[in-house]
Amino acid sequence: MAESTEPPFGLLAELTHRCPLHCAYCSNPLELVRRNEELSTDTWRRVFDEARELGVLQVHLSGGEPLARPDLPRLVEHASGLGMYVNLVTSGLALTEEVATDLVARGLDHVQLSVQDADRANADLLAGTRAHDRKLVAAEVVRRSGLPLTVNVVLHKANLDHVGGIIELAEQLGADRLELANTQYYGWALRNRAALLPTRAQLASAAPIVRAAQQRLADRMEIVYVVADYHEAHPKPCMHGWGSRQLTVAPDGAVLPCPAASVIDGLPIENVQHRPLAEIWYDSASFNAYRDTDWMREPCRSCARRELDFGGCRCQAFQLTGDAAATDPVCSLSPDHGLVRTILARDADQPDRPALVPRSVAR
Amino acid sequence: MTARDAVPRLRAGVRRAYDRTRDSDVVLFPEGVLVLNETAAAVLARCDGSSTIAEITEGLAEEFDGVRPEDVAELVADLARRRVVRVDG
Repeated sequence: MAESTEPPFGLLAELTHRCPLHCAYCSNPLELVRRNEELSTDTWRRVFDEARELGVLQVHLSGGEPLARPDLPRLVEHASGLGMYVNLVTSGLALTEEVATDLVARGLDHVQLSVQDADRANADLLAGTRAHDRKLVAAEVVRRSGLPLTVNVVLHKANLDHVGGIIELAEQLGADRLELANTQYYGWALRNRAALLPTRAQLASAAPIVRAAQQRLADRMEIVYVVADYHEAHPKPCMHGWGSRQLTVAPDGAVLPCPAASVIDGLPIENVQHRPLAEIWYDSASFNAYRDTDWMREPCRSCARRELDFGGCRCQAFQLTGDAAATDPVCSLSPDHGLVRTILARDADQPDRPALVPRSVAR
Repeated sequence: MTARDAVPRLRAGVRRAYDRTRDSDVVLFPEGVLVLNETAAAVLARCDGSSTIAEITEGLAEEFDGVRPEDVAELVADLARRRVVRVDG
């Protein structure tokens, strides 16, 4: 255990991989956890107990679709009872007035609702089901419940040109926050990368629209813009550093330093069914593998930005180079940066693109 | 800078709490946690939606020495930037 390791603030609890949507940009792994492999209610309660004891103050109930778990109300109640701030990250399809009222009574603090586009037909096409109108109803349900509402929109080639309309829709829905996140290429999204990558021109048109809205709405709606990292000069500060602030528990109990970490071959992933969470956080080989800066090689090791972006994302480095300890190739200083330039030249700037492949579902 | 007669209040969905793991007061809000020092915790506890910056400063002066309204205003402005409080007036 490194001397400097601090307790985590956040737990991403992926309660299930089951989901009513089929988004082509889904970042969950290609191989999904099946229902019969999911943790039981009692095990999740124990995970929350251990997380709070470890120092976790925020739990993000996510998935898949967390409302697919019939025990969600009991899990909300348990997490809230421990004093944790409870976020629900949902497609909204099953979020009726009755469900929302019950969750609020049990201590839910905040709802993040996914929206695919401002245009109904395109949104339903992207979701792979008629979801859009039900999401608008869910937003109204959240607004009436008095909870803060965040609208989450994943951006890509097929909706980036509508970003102005998306911002207007979030305003109409009474959102307190809007997360506009360019697609991150993990899991199913990586498979669809050639179809999802926006063009440089699309990104250049969207940026001033987002900036203007951030200024205009400063006091009413916070707009968080997550950039398209393949197009940037420097990588994203993935997880604010490996094993630094947050951990993920997958539906089967796998404990991950980054939600995508199961892609890294050879990473000895622990499971909360076999080892206490605190031991995994402080002492496991997986959490210590890329913690702090000792694991870094050049050009990261001597880089002035090493504590700003932590060398980028380990999972992305592995996916693109086969070496999780490499500098994230989206960094212009990476010796492998040519890989990203090649991908952009081959895919992003070509007129003929492959069709989106909808997400296959978990059973 | 926030004026002396401005009235700060916690935004919707923001909660104050004590964290025994870190032995600190904290504030929890959508997608964020702030660990508060003693001064910030005392200021935030007085952001009740009816007290002005001047009144908050007077209240703090009973517990702490040398509290200046401009310091309270600066701290409140910082909490407003982080979307923990909303400032009226």
